[in-house]
Amino acid sequence: MNPATDNRANGAVVEFLGVRKVYGRTEALRGVDLAIERGELVAILGPNGAGKTIAISCMLGLRRATAGTVRLFGLPPTDDAARSRRGVMLQESGVPGQLTVRELVELFRAYYPTPLAATDAIGLAGLGAQAGITAAKLSGGQRQRLYFALAVCGDPDALFLDEPTVAMDVASRRAFHETIRSFSRAGKTIVLTTHDLDEADQLADRVVVIDRGRVVADDTPAAIKARVAGRRVSFRSVDRLDVAAFADLPVRGLALGGDPPVGAASETRSDPGALVRFLSTEPESVLGTLFARGVRVCDLEVVGADLEEAFLSLTSEREGRQ
Amino acid sequence: MSTITARAWTSKPASSSVAPTTPLLPMLWMQTKAQARVFWRTPAVSLTGLLMPLMLLVFFVLPHAREPWQGSISVGAYMLAAIGAYAVSSVMVFNFGVTVAMERGQKVDLLMRAMPLPGWVFLAARVIGALVFGAVAMALLFAVAIGLGGITLDLATWISLTWRLLVGALPFIGFGFAIAYLASPSAAPAVANLLFIGLAFASGMFVRLDQMPGFLRAIAPLLPTYHYAQLAWGAIGAANESGAASVGWLAGYTVVLFALAGWAYRRETLRRFA
Repeated sequence: MNPATDNRANGAVVEFLGVRKVYGRTEALRGVDLAIERGELVAILGPNGAGKTIAISCMLGLRRATAGTVRLFGLPPTDDAARSRRGVMLQESGVPGQLTVRELVELFRAYYPTPLAATDAIGLAGLGAQAGITAAKLSGGQRQRLYFALAVCGDPDALFLDEPTVAMDVASRRAFHETIRSFSRAGKTIVLTTHDLDEADQLADRVVVIDRGRVVADDTPAAIKARVAGRRVSFRSVDRLDVAAFADLPVRGLALGGDPPVGAASETRSDPGALVRFLSTEPESVLGTLFARGVRVCDLEVVGADLEEAFLSLTSEREGRQ
Repeated sequence: MSTITARAWTSKPASSSVAPTTPLLPMLWMQTKAQARVFWRTPAVSLTGLLMPLMLLVFFVLPHAREPWQGSISVGAYMLAAIGAYAVSSVMVFNFGVTVAMERGQKVDLLMRAMPLPGWVFLAARVIGALVFGAVAMALLFAVAIGLGGITLDLATWISLTWRLLVGALPFIGFGFAIAYLASPSAAPAVANLLFIGLAFASGMFVRLDQMPGFLRAIAPLLPTYHYAQLAWGAIGAANESGAASVGWLAGYTVVLFALAGWAYRRETLRRFA
């Protein structure tokens, strides 16, 4: 084997070097550097519109970067030699509705050099009973599983899945995660996008957080979880509440009274009965301390922070450092 | 079963060397087969493509098939060549105009673009599929013409008519492609119908040219359908122009229509995939 191909085979599966993507006046990707190595299971996490789909489209050669370099298996991502080593599941793509599940899997197998048996790919996606049904007649969840069958039927070295579990019910999702893990254990590389922090946490070895076109965090799921404020706490204070009551407490985005955007504590004191809100990874200990300091509350609510809020805290943290 | 089956991956291990290349002929075969199935299972394409020409033949031509057209040429032979031209070119226009537009609408093209499928395989499969479909439409038409209409030609004439119809249909592939990428997916079938049926009428495929209004007779020789019909009529000795002239016009139209289709395709590519 010649050294060049050897090198390529041992290099990163995906390389991004200073990748920018500009649409008109919008900068969808603002200088992304990223390397995904062989065998990694990476979740690209971000709120809707953060640039995840654009990033994966660049990896797949569906979109061309405005600036910077994108490599897939060391080759341009439009190269068929690179493409025949990866399977894809895209959001919002379609298949000819006139063809049956089996016919589609047979067709897509033919695009790859060493595919799985069609029956195995259909079985992996749990579509054995629907093999003879045309794609147009499948339900939303079944259709999503068909796309999964089409992604794996070529037995590729890497899988790129854009929001794969969006239309799946809980049971499908759990089984899907198990299949992904077994794919990963076989040494394959998996890149998936999600806007679900829990999914990224359960599934991935590594989480790359993208927000507003930038990588704002790139770490293990545990480290990411520790950094984003996990719970949103809100209550009404019975008495006038001073910001000093929160001294030394692990809270973020404290807002006393009014409805300021989360992340910008605008006032230092609240009126009695005013809404108090903050984000924290340790809401129990924070509340315990507040009670110990004599704060009286009503209408207490502790809910999971949604991803938008979690990202806001990551982004503001990063901007604070710069 | 309603869920994805959780089970261990039992494929080859992730390869440590560069992947072998995919054989292209089986890929082309599978792609062509899939394309033919899509055509066949799209009634807007298969029913109109196969039945319309038969209806035209049975209702308008067979009653007068044995009447003389001019010299030794019968009305049956003359109109069979014209309807044959209509049949094959309509298959090209609708196969490409309707199914490509439909696939744009369903975003099938998005997934296809992500596949390691060379563009020429995709295009060749469509062309082969459409030619086979056109050949089937023509064979049906010939069978009905012979069986029900008693239209007889000698073997050399049948063969000449067959290749003229198939080769001359090339520009209509470009025509269909151009419509598929210029019109919106929902408007494309209507646009294809209006434009193409209009062209077929204005070129004398359904009604004798000498019975049409003067201005239509004047513009007819500028239309691709006119020269295609002339090429077909040449097989039975009823053409108004030499075979070389018909081929020249059709070749010119092929270049123009494919250039237009290519331009529209690139415009779409830039918009959606740049």
